[in-house]
This record gives sequence, C-alpha cells and structure tokens, in this order.
Amino acid sequence: MEATKKEHQLIVSVSPHVKTDETTSRIMWSVSLALLPAALAGVYFFGLRALFITALCIVSSAVFEQLYFRMVGKKSAVGDGSAFLTGLLLGMNMPASLWSFSPFTVHVPVIASFVAVVITKQLFGGLGFNVFNPALIGRAFALISWPKAMTIWSEPTAAFLAMDAKTTATPLGILKEEGVVKLLEVFGDKMSLYMHLLTGNRAGSIGETSAIAILIGGLFLLYRGYITWHIPVSFLGTAAVIAWVFGGKGALFTGDPIVHLISGGMMLGAWFMATDYVTSPSVRKGQIIFGIGCGFLTMLIRLKGGYPEGVMFAILIMNCFAPIIDRGVKSKVFGAVKQNTAKENK
Amino acid sequence: MSQSTTINIKDQILNGIVKENTIFKLALSLCPSIAVTNNLKNGVLMGIAVLFVQVMVNITISLLRNVIQPKVRLPIFMLVISGWVTVTDMTMAATVPDVYKQMGLYIQLIVAFASILARAEMFASKNKFIPSMADGIGMGIGFLFALTVISFFRELLGKGSLWGMPIVHTKPVLMFILPAGGFFAVGILMAFFNWIDARYMKKSSHAAH
Repeated sequence: MEATKKEHQLIVSVSPHVKTDETTSRIMWSVSLALLPAALAGVYFFGLRALFITALCIVSSAVFEQLYFRMVGKKSAVGDGSAFLTGLLLGMNMPASLWSFSPFTVHVPVIASFVAVVITKQLFGGLGFNVFNPALIGRAFALISWPKAMTIWSEPTAAFLAMDAKTTATPLGILKEEGVVKLLEVFGDKMSLYMHLLTGNRAGSIGETSAIAILIGGLFLLYRGYITWHIPVSFLGTAAVIAWVFGGKGALFTGDPIVHLISGGMMLGAWFMATDYVTSPSVRKGQIIFGIGCGFLTMLIRLKGGYPEGVMFAILIMNCFAPIIDRGVKSKVFGAVKQNTAKENK
Repeated sequence: MSQSTTINIKDQILNGIVKENTIFKLALSLCPSIAVTNNLKNGVLMGIAVLFVQVMVNITISLLRNVIQPKVRLPIFMLVISGWVTVTDMTMAATVPDVYKQMGLYIQLIVAFASILARAEMFASKNKFIPSMADGIGMGIGFLFALTVISFFRELLGKGSLWGMPIVHTKPVLMFILPAGGFFAVGILMAFFNWIDARYMKKSSHAAH
C-alpha cells in the first residue's frame, strides 16, 4: 500500500512500519478452509440436510451483518469473512435434524445467527470487541430456547439424500445415561468404538463428529501459525487427565480418556472455538491457564453436571475470564523496575 | 429548587416517563424488573404497586418536608417508604393472593428501590405538594410503562401467550422467560428507546436551527 505513494517523497508515519501481508480477512478465510474437512465429513455422514443447515447459517449470518451495517450507516465489512466463519461454525454446531418442516424448526439456525452476529458481536462493538465467541452464544441461545429441537440427533447414514434418518443418542448421551458398558454394546468392541468416533460415524452436531477431519484442520492452522499449541494442548490434556482419574465408575484412574477426547464437541471446541483470537488470552502463559480452565469445566459438566456435553459452556465461561487472565500474566516490560523495589532504592 | 411554583406539571410528569425513565434511562431497579417480568400480569401489577408507593411517598414527604430534621431525614424517608410498602403488600396479599404468592418477596423489596428514595430525597423533600405528586406520578408511570413493555415481549416470545391467554401456537423462544432472557429483553429495549430518543433529539435540534 505504501509503495503506491510517490517513492521519492519522504514519508513520515507512525509505527508499525513493517507490515505483514496477513490481514484479518485472510486469517478468517484460512480458518474457514481449515474447517472444510470437518464440514464435508458432516455432510457425508448426515446428508444434504447438514449442507442446508450450514448454508442457512452462513447466509443468514452474512445477511444480518449486512443489514446491521446498513442500519447503523457503517461501511460494510461483510467481505472480511468473519460473518462467514461465524455462520460456518454455528452451522457445524447444530444437529442436522433441524432441517425439518413438521415440526417446523428451520427458523432456529436463522435466529441463532442473528443472536451470534448482531447481539454477540456487533452490539458489543464489532469484530475484535466481542467478549464471547459469537457462534457459541448463538448455539447456547438456541439450545436453551429450543432444548428439544436442538437435541434430536439423527443417526449417521452415509446416504446423501436421506431426509429423515433414525434418531439416536450421542455417544456422550449414552455414556451419561447408561454408562460405558452400554456404549460398548452399541458400538461393538472398544476398537470399533474408537474407529466410529475418529471417522465421525456417530450421532452429534454436523461438524463435531469427525475427530480426524478436525485434527487435519487444526494441524493446518498450527502449521500456518494461525494458532499456537498452547490452548488446544492444555485444554485436551486437562480433560484427558480428569477423564482418566475421575471418569471411571467407582475406582479412580479407571476412566477412558480417549473416548472423552474424541467424542462430543471436544475436538472442535479445543482447536477452533477456544482458540478464537478475540475471546482468548493473548499471552502464552495465559493461554495455558485458559485451556486448563476449559478442560476442567468441560469435564466437570460432563461428569457431574446435568448436560451430557459441556464444551460450549466451558469455553463461554472461560471467555469471561480471558481479560482478567491476560492482565494477571502480563509479561514484564523489558527494563522496567518493579514498583516496590524502585521505592526501596530511593 | 425553591421556585417550585415555576415547575410545569406536565413537564414534570413527562420527565419521569421519558427523560428519566427509571429502567430505560437510569438503569435502576433492574433486579425486580427482570425477576417479575416473565409474564404480563405480574409486570403490570408490580408496576402499579410501585406507582402507588412512589406517589404516596412523594406526597407524604412533601407534606412533612418542613418538620423533618435534615440530620435524620434518611431514616424518616425509609420509615415512610416502608410504611407505604407495607400497605401495598397487605392490600395485594388480600386482593390478588395468587399473584402475591409468586411475587410477594419483590413487593416487599420495593422498600429498597433506589428510585423511590432518590425522588424523595431529591424532589419531594424540596418541593410543594402538587409538583411532588406530579413527579411521583411521572416516575411511577415511567416504571409501569417499562415493566409493561418488558413483560409484554417476554411473555409473548417466551410463552407465546399474553395475560395467560395463548396467542401464538408455534414453539416459543424459551430463553425469554428465563432470567438470562430478561437481560436480553431489557438490553434490547433500552437500546431501542435510546435510539428513538437520539432520533427525536436530532430532529428537534434540526427544527430549531
């Protein structure tokens, strides 16, 4: 951008002087690209309905954002991709069974998109100022408002055009209600259970089922440097340890951490939701604290709470603490002297 | 504020409804406005109770303003307020027992309303009978209006009914009858009324130029 100005003229400008070619919109589109494998896996397992729900969320997020910009008379920034990403994440967090006309539940994704984009993001000041992850608030709003519609899980059928699949419980639902024995009974043996969970051939939200596809996207983001390992590793690590120690029936140290890690929204949450720049701490040490908090709260809700899944609420609760964590672990400014030692020197 | 005769009664009433609306402008008394407004009936009855207490307290304080010792004025204000709240509380317990069962606690809590004590201290203790009554009516109607609007939307959206009668037959947005939805409703309505206010101010300032 600077190069287009007259080159022989001296330019006096404020810092930063060196700019990368990374822009917000490029990061947004890269994250969306990284989500693509998981979304495709969702469409493969849940059919065309999953595609419709995801597309509906993306379109309504973009439309609401555009309408908001028009209403307040701001320059439209829909093209930066943040509304697309919010819509995509929101769609991937909804059950495919929402695409049903009797009972009519198609309005649920639309209203959730409105809550996510307008109320959670724009009313708090737009991109960069939102306290909470917009997609997660959208989903939380939908789950609390329409608890029944949001928890009808259809059985994965790899049939593309299937419009009404059989409904079933999620693996975590079975684990919560009937225990691990029943879970193994449903999926055959342990190896088969792991395979179902890894590939995504199980009931759940559209984009959360395939652990491998999410991992591919997460590693892509890690490789490109858009996220660091701190939040995902501390999140998953804490959850695994707690699942191992307290997850078993009766005795300690008998739980199965792998089932907990690759079921529910754990993978999607740890790699894509908790790592949101705006709503997580920006200091490395703080990110580890944030991840540990997320993992702890997730397992607390899963093992002791009323809901079978706790990733969403855990991340939202930790979002509140992100600014405080950041302040608490602020790194020492180079050359600065601590306040009280400075007084002593005088 | 001794020139109480110059205060316009109409302006004084409108002030409480629009310019200094307890909930939408001053953001006071949010606890009861969220706790009782999940249906229209409770919201309206609560608003009427507050309207009554506000008017009666303002009248009483205004009449007593020359005999109250300034040093002990706050305890006396509290005494007057709690007296009128007790009257309201007992009346409601006797006349509408089913509603009272749900929100009796909040009726008693009117004693602690910041807005009522504030009007007693800032207005009624310095003004004559008629302006004080007008101020009480304005503030009370402002509160009643706010509670009515909030509970109207919360009951309509959260239960699909109004005053207990079913209106909409689609699945309601359950969120709005929960406390969290109360904050949503208050926040959105507050933004809406401020938006209208800002537009109106703009228009009137344009007209003035």
